[in-house]
Amino acid sequence: MIEQLFTKAVLVGILSSGIRLATPYLYASIGETFSQRSGVLNLGVEGQMLLGAFAAFYVAFSTGNLWLGMLAAIITGLLMGLAMAFVSINLQAVQGISGIGFYLFGLGMSDLLFQKLLGTVETVSGFRPVYIPWLSDIPIIGEIFFNQNILVYGAYFLVFAAWFVLNKTTLGLKIKAVGESPQAADSLGVSVRKVRYFAVGLGGIMSGIAGASLSIALLNVFQQNMTSGLGFIAIALVYFGGWRPFAVMGGALLFSMVNSLQLWVQVLNIPIPSNFAVMMPYVLTIFALIFSVQRVRPPSALSKPFERGH
Amino acid sequence: MMKKLKITLIMLLLVALLLAACGGKEAEVVEVVEEAEPFRVAVVMPSAITDLAFSQSMYDALVAIQEERGADNFEIVYSEGMFVVDDAAAAIRDYASQGFNLVIAHGSQYGSSLQEIAPDFLETSFAWGTTVDTFGMPNVFAYEAKSEEGGYVNGVMAAMLSDSGVLGVVGPIETGDAKLYVDGFAVGAAAANTDVQVNTNWIGSFSDVALASEAAQTHIGAGADVLTGTAQMVVGAIGVAEENSALWFGTQSSQTSLAPSIVVANQVYHWEVVLKQMIELIEGGTYGGQYYEITLVNGGLEIEFNADYALPDDVKAAAEAAIDGIVDGSITVFP
Repeated sequence: MIEQLFTKAVLVGILSSGIRLATPYLYASIGETFSQRSGVLNLGVEGQMLLGAFAAFYVAFSTGNLWLGMLAAIITGLLMGLAMAFVSINLQAVQGISGIGFYLFGLGMSDLLFQKLLGTVETVSGFRPVYIPWLSDIPIIGEIFFNQNILVYGAYFLVFAAWFVLNKTTLGLKIKAVGESPQAADSLGVSVRKVRYFAVGLGGIMSGIAGASLSIALLNVFQQNMTSGLGFIAIALVYFGGWRPFAVMGGALLFSMVNSLQLWVQVLNIPIPSNFAVMMPYVLTIFALIFSVQRVRPPSALSKPFERGH
Repeated sequence: MMKKLKITLIMLLLVALLLAACGGKEAEVVEVVEEAEPFRVAVVMPSAITDLAFSQSMYDALVAIQEERGADNFEIVYSEGMFVVDDAAAAIRDYASQGFNLVIAHGSQYGSSLQEIAPDFLETSFAWGTTVDTFGMPNVFAYEAKSEEGGYVNGVMAAMLSDSGVLGVVGPIETGDAKLYVDGFAVGAAAANTDVQVNTNWIGSFSDVALASEAAQTHIGAGADVLTGTAQMVVGAIGVAEENSALWFGTQSSQTSLAPSIVVANQVYHWEVVLKQMIELIEGGTYGGQYYEITLVNGGLEIEFNADYALPDDVKAAAEAAIDGIVDGSITVFP
């Protein structure tokens, strides 16, 4: 029974499935990392994802062009992000509450548009796995890593890009400064507002792409509430990873790998009740969270609105 | 200060208006009872009326009854997407207090809410499912789908059509009609071919399309070439089946439109069969206390073959023999 898990086919299955499952988490949680690093807690990720997923699906479905679908998801995510930024930065609303408001807005709006514009579950022909010469041919490694669609590759590239921007560029320095000590940043001539708008808008774009990665790349359908809590797990992964892109990726991969492991545990008829199997990724994440979170300090100004002279 | 006062005044005015409106309504209801008013049904559902699965099966049934009785005589109101049980409970209570004749709580997760609400509205009839439990209340009907019957028939066909001898099942949570369907499928498959292996995956969610898709991928990886699944999240799994040229068997509603080339057959629910019996009782003054099930015998369950899929004659004959056997009682799915 249990030794069946360690055959080549099963291990390849678990790893490649885990890599796919982690994709939407990566986009959403890297976007949220930028937002939180600048000091804005955006709890509306799930809503942004749902609207992004719908926009991508609907445009791809009606035009047949997947890239136009992507563009629609990016624009939708950006608009949602800017709205969140306006509410938290200009209106200085309590971010925990307004984020939930945006989540509910995205949930309801995507459902309404789905009912009015599509009416029923439809399918599109989404992004196909991309063959990479030489790399895709490597046994095992090729099957696991290089037999995926473009949005999956993009998600992992994004982690590198995010690490680079946050740690190696002036922009990254500004984002972190605004999230740690907005007063100090302000006194040095950094516009706290502009930087936060940028970070939250970028987070919105990433959430929109996260939605698109589901609706036009991995699943190729849209259904009401299809993200099913994924956006909230993405926020938890930001804490899990201590606001550092590579650690966030580690968390996303851990969660997804354990999830695909439990699918295999059931399929191989290993005698663990399904109720326990589906709990595995969550239990493991909670444990990892307990042990990791104490070591890292959140951005000091997280969820605190900035006002000059205060 | 003035502003606050103004807002308070406006709120008070609104509350007063609301109270006045409610008061008026109660009086109205008493009057209208004597006239021939339409039969009013409200239904609360966990997913969308277009989910190609559980919620759609109920909505389609109500529309079928409405077409028979005429829109003037049969009113349908629905709340969909009520996956949050607290919201659903509020909607159920709301409909009950609006004087609907029948309020349907379409989801076994709504049971405990209904148990609290029903005693407060003894003049309203409630129905809930899928379950057999009426809580012993005089105004609660229960309904269940004997989905193991169609599961059995689908299982017979699946076992015969599989070349690899491995079948994959994507289930939501191990409960209700989902469990009955999945268990029935395994029994049917074993009846047709004792060597066939049925792998089952419970993903722990009715809505996680992404996980359903990966579950299907896992089955394909484990060698399955025929898949089935139940509940609204299977739309993710059907796409994976199509990509890998595996066959698909549907249940609850017809899923043929999603992948016409690989869907072999669907078990379709026709709740109208039992709803009509409930409505008849309600019109006769009995508001509940009964439990109903849809079966292949009473026509509440139907095996719909996809006309575009070229089903071999011997498989079709075996499926029809299984249907006949269940109907005449010579086959019992769970002995």
